[in-house]
Amino acid sequence: MSGETDTESPCPLSKEALAARKRRNIWLGLALAGFVIIVLLITMVRLASGIPERM
Amino acid sequence: MTSRLETDSVQPAYATTWAYIELMKPRIMLLVVFTALVGLVVAQSVSGLTIDIFMVSVALFAVGLGSGAAGAINMWYDADIDKLMHRTANRPIPAGLIPREEALSFGIILSCASVLLMWMSSNLVSAGILLASIIYYGVVYTIWLKRRTPQNIVIGGGAGALPPVIGWAIVTGSFSLEAWILFAIVFLWTPPHFWALSLLAKNEYKLAKIPMLPVTHGVTNTRTQILVYSVVLALFSSFPILNGFGGILYAITALILGTVFVWMAIDLKFSEAGSESASSIDRLKAVKLFGFSILYLFLMFAVLLLEHGFGMHYSVQGLVM
Repeated sequence: MSGETDTESPCPLSKEALAARKRRNIWLGLALAGFVIIVLLITMVRLASGIPERM
Repeated sequence: MTSRLETDSVQPAYATTWAYIELMKPRIMLLVVFTALVGLVVAQSVSGLTIDIFMVSVALFAVGLGSGAAGAINMWYDADIDKLMHRTANRPIPAGLIPREEALSFGIILSCASVLLMWMSSNLVSAGILLASIIYYGVVYTIWLKRRTPQNIVIGGGAGALPPVIGWAIVTGSFSLEAWILFAIVFLWTPPHFWALSLLAKNEYKLAKIPMLPVTHGVTNTRTQILVYSVVLALFSSFPILNGFGGILYAITALILGTVFVWMAIDLKFSEAGSESASSIDRLKAVKLFGFSILYLFLMFAVLLLEHGFGMHYSVQGLVM
């Protein structure tokens, strides 16, 4: 099998479809980043509120 | 007006961000978050407990995500019947914007994220009820009840009634009578709300073979049931006053709105709404009751929010048990 055949898309997407996929990926990335930030902030708040109790 | 389904045959459609938001049923999500917020605020006021504002915000965000997750699972399963009904044919899956499997994946991922965030930001009890409410709506109601029994929305209404209990559990980590009173108000509100809509969409439900009450028991029986539930709801709405967490403002609102609700239900009962021979005036009575029921629930909970969140709670002396 040639390398050229491997990289060729079996069903090329239209410009609109590619743009839509790009938009979805951006939102997916933002949602994941948001989730990570929220978890990080929750952890920080929990740690901060737990410290005085243990001291 | 051209529907998305009609335009689909001309050119392909691609999912926008809004299509994913629509998949989460944003209007229901807002009502769910609002009722959970009220449960939370009343719990803080009654119990005297407080939790961090950031944690509260994340917990309410989790409630919204959970509601959206259940909505996406519902749309995944109901895609086949949604395309048959005019009211739902433009939803993202029947409109060809989002593949069905993708909606299911979206719903499952959102469910996991919402329960995890709820657990981290509040406690295991509220996370457990959130998970239970997602399963209740997504599986018990959507998959088991909706296509099997005319009592589908009565039993399934429990899912939509849980948010105030979740709000209560976020603060206290437990349940109490007050939380279940709020649950019961939403639970009793659900049948007249949905049956008023089903009177208008009876033929569509029939076409989709969904055993809604007007299809299985007729429109006269449905109008009677709407009236019975409206009376029970209006009477039950006095429980917060007897318990003490509903103050003077709540009592006045419950009395006025309850009377109007019952009056509209009586008016609907003696109309021809839902039948083939119904006039536009009779149809309008069902539309008005459906619209008023939304306003009713919003105002009843908004008053509790005012009383407990803004220091306007004054007990009705002599009525508190």
